[in-house]
Amino acid sequence: MIISVASGKGGTGKTTIATSLALLLGEVQFLDCDVEEPNAHIFLEPHINERISVGIPVPKVDEDKCNFCGRCAEVCEFNAIVVIKKKVLFFPELCHGCGGCSYICPERAIKEKDRAIGVIEKGRSSNIDFIHGILNVGEPMAPPLIRQVKRHINNRTNTIIDASPGTSCPVVEAVRGSDFCVLVTEPTPFGLHDLKLAVEMLRKLAIPIGVVINCADIGDEEVEKYCDNENIPILMTIPWDRKIAEAYSKGIPLIEVLPKFSGSFAQMHTTIEGLVKR
Amino acid sequence: MKQLAVISGKGGTGKTTLAAAFAALSNSHVIADCDVDAADLHLVLDPTIDKNEEFYGGRTAVINSDKCTQCDECVRVCRFHAIEDYTVDTISCEGCGVCTHACPERAITMERHLSGHWFISHTRFGYMAHAKLGIAEENSGKLVTLVRQQARLIAEREKKDYVIIDGPPGIGCPVIAAVTGADLLLAVTEPTLSGIHDLERVVGVANHFSVPVVVCINKYDINPDNTSTIEEYCSKSNLNVVGKIPYDPRVTKAMVRKITVIEYPCGEVSREITSVWEKVEQGLKHKESQCS
Repeated sequence: MIISVASGKGGTGKTTIATSLALLLGEVQFLDCDVEEPNAHIFLEPHINERISVGIPVPKVDEDKCNFCGRCAEVCEFNAIVVIKKKVLFFPELCHGCGGCSYICPERAIKEKDRAIGVIEKGRSSNIDFIHGILNVGEPMAPPLIRQVKRHINNRTNTIIDASPGTSCPVVEAVRGSDFCVLVTEPTPFGLHDLKLAVEMLRKLAIPIGVVINCADIGDEEVEKYCDNENIPILMTIPWDRKIAEAYSKGIPLIEVLPKFSGSFAQMHTTIEGLVKR
Repeated sequence: MKQLAVISGKGGTGKTTLAAAFAALSNSHVIADCDVDAADLHLVLDPTIDKNEEFYGGRTAVINSDKCTQCDECVRVCRFHAIEDYTVDTISCEGCGVCTHACPERAITMERHLSGHWFISHTRFGYMAHAKLGIAEENSGKLVTLVRQQARLIAEREKKDYVIIDGPPGIGCPVIAAVTGADLLLAVTEPTLSGIHDLERVVGVANHFSVPVVVCINKYDINPDNTSTIEEYCSKSNLNVVGKIPYDPRVTKAMVRKITVIEYPCGEVSREITSVWEKVEQGLKHKESQCS
């Protein structure tokens, strides 16, 4: 089973929930798909034993074969390749690696080479298989790297995926294919607004969902009301607690600092299993 | 006219709280909410929409089933596995159009589709440009660029001194679109190991695009040791720390009432944010004198 953890609003506790769930279950695979700002390693402290460079295929023009006909520039939807008189200009950050230019070139003058956009690190944290992607700084496109991280999913075991905040393409890429998605929110107008967006996205992807309300006593009751109205199960509530905030700040997982939450996490997992089977 | 972008790397550190407070403190600005896929600033600034426009981001492939002979050529060339059973999964489609060129029957066309909306509004603190990206849509970077452009146009027309940009979290395309060409970045961080890790990466983005950046530590008293670590990092990296804001549950109370921390009695928090704005404004003005 693949369980992803997402949120809409940032800083609501995705990584807190995902890492504690992994630690509680044990013998799981943990994928940190927030490749722009991966943080789960801070809490799980994996021993990294493999690093894999990830690239996307970009064009390499053989100017001896090129007759500057400009077909490549015509077909590129991303304006990543431009032909000016007797020169081919290429803008690597704009290239999506679709292969259109090399496909279309009548002179077969375009070959492809990989351009690195980030790395994948694999390792082990006690009985957890840990994998995360790290996007290179200055690199705009996270989805190709997230796709590569997800190629390491092992179907024979349970997988937990930590997603980035928001509701656009990197989040869609991280959560799609999950059997269940846990949405972590806080009971504030910002938390509720972004939760609604995340719910819409997951419904579009037809992934079953449940909500965790973190810092449950800091705001108002609107998140609970919304979940009630929409028939979204509330899987767990966690109160604001200075101890939790301080432990988080030091990179200590929630269930290590407050083991009493182990029961809540176990129950949440049982609920999820029930909802997935239904 | 100068542009300030509030960014953070890590989500939930207080970007929108600060941007909204700046809107209340500044008296010559246009505000731009550039967190287009989870925009929250409107919840506090309560804008009245004057202009609502459609946003067409990219195009996606559409297969005409009457012409399709199911030869599989499109499936073979599509690197994004977007074609299944001779229909295009619009979520997977990258919009590259390679399939349209590969199709021997010319059965595939690229069609633009509505990816979101953008708005020009007025608020109790002046003009605001903002947007709403459609659910599960791409091209958030393009929409961020559009919102910034609109904010700049209004600022020029109305002779306002600043564009205040509430940026998205992360370091990817919408962040790059929010920071490139800005005059100053304010990176909001928190004294957690995650906050420090993410600050370093977003400062990397600022350096990569040569935009000056200053730092503000929110909820600094949650972990004073980590706050010192951030200050040491900043001092080593020649980054100015323009404020240390304490944790105060009244900040959430203000948000629940949908007002800024300047309009709600948040004591030390309000005072510190006012001081951060004064320093940031000095930074923007200083940049002006450097440039002119």
